[in-house]
Amino acid sequence: MTRKWLLWLPFVLGLGLFAVFYLGLRNPTDHVIASRMVGQPLPEFDAKPAMPGQPGAATADFRDGKPRLLNIFASWCVPCVQEIPMLMRLKAAGADIGGIAVHDSTPELARFLAENGNPYSRIGLDEGGRAQIAFGSAGVPETFVVDGKGVIVYQHIGVVTEEDIPRLLAMLGKAQ
Amino acid sequence: MKLKATILAVLLLAAPAMAQDYADEALPNPQQEAQAVALMDTIRCVVCQGQPISGSNADLAGDMRRLIRERIAAGDSPDEVRSWLISKYGDWVSFKPQVKPATLPLWLVPLLALVGGIWLVARRLKRKKD
Repeated sequence: MTRKWLLWLPFVLGLGLFAVFYLGLRNPTDHVIASRMVGQPLPEFDAKPAMPGQPGAATADFRDGKPRLLNIFASWCVPCVQEIPMLMRLKAAGADIGGIAVHDSTPELARFLAENGNPYSRIGLDEGGRAQIAFGSAGVPETFVVDGKGVIVYQHIGVVTEEDIPRLLAMLGKAQ
Repeated sequence: MKLKATILAVLLLAAPAMAQDYADEALPNPQQEAQAVALMDTIRCVVCQGQPISGSNADLAGDMRRLIRERIAAGDSPDEVRSWLISKYGDWVSFKPQVKPATLPLWLVPLLALVGGIWLVARRLKRKKD
């Protein structure tokens, strides 16, 4: 009797496997790729100033003891426009926000900031996506929380919404 | 004067072509280029996730191709570059599963299935002989 069951076992296992594959093909996962850099020190990067009169962004700027937000964005990124008012509120609450603009140019950024406002204390032009890849960032917008020692403590993927504000402020040590 | 201006204009026009952009340009060393391309075929584009970066038009995929070519040209081995990308984006970024405790079943199951199959067939044949 046991032998009979044993003979069916490979068939049942195979069937199970095909069911898993079939379901996997039917519902392709849109994987959110979280950075492995969370919990790690900021990688070395040096993004040149994007705007005249505003500094660029480099690793050393995030190691001076003050926790900061690091926002990866672009002037061509539609959801980034939605996010700016939230960043403005964070700034008003005392958050320091550094910006990394990917695949962008100074004139395009100037237009974007004039239209939407500028919540950034510094903006670096990320040439060739070097900083973005160093952060393990897979898209725009993304927001990293960097503690005063230059360690990435949190990654927010996608647009910062109203509900995210208290959490981000708490992480910066600023209660609302 | 006019000649100078013409030369300058030609140089300016040619500048983008002269600047090496390894996102889409082959490395001068064919062996290194082959290594780089083989690696690109097995790195997942993090924007359009079903594609390797070698066949993706996403800007970020181009950036990764450029970095891979630069690192290979600087003497890094393809495995070092792969590990570096995994350290940023996790295992998901590589189409080639690494051998480590979490992936052991992946490597062992085919072996076990083969051994089990041989065992079953062997038993069958033996019984027939008896």
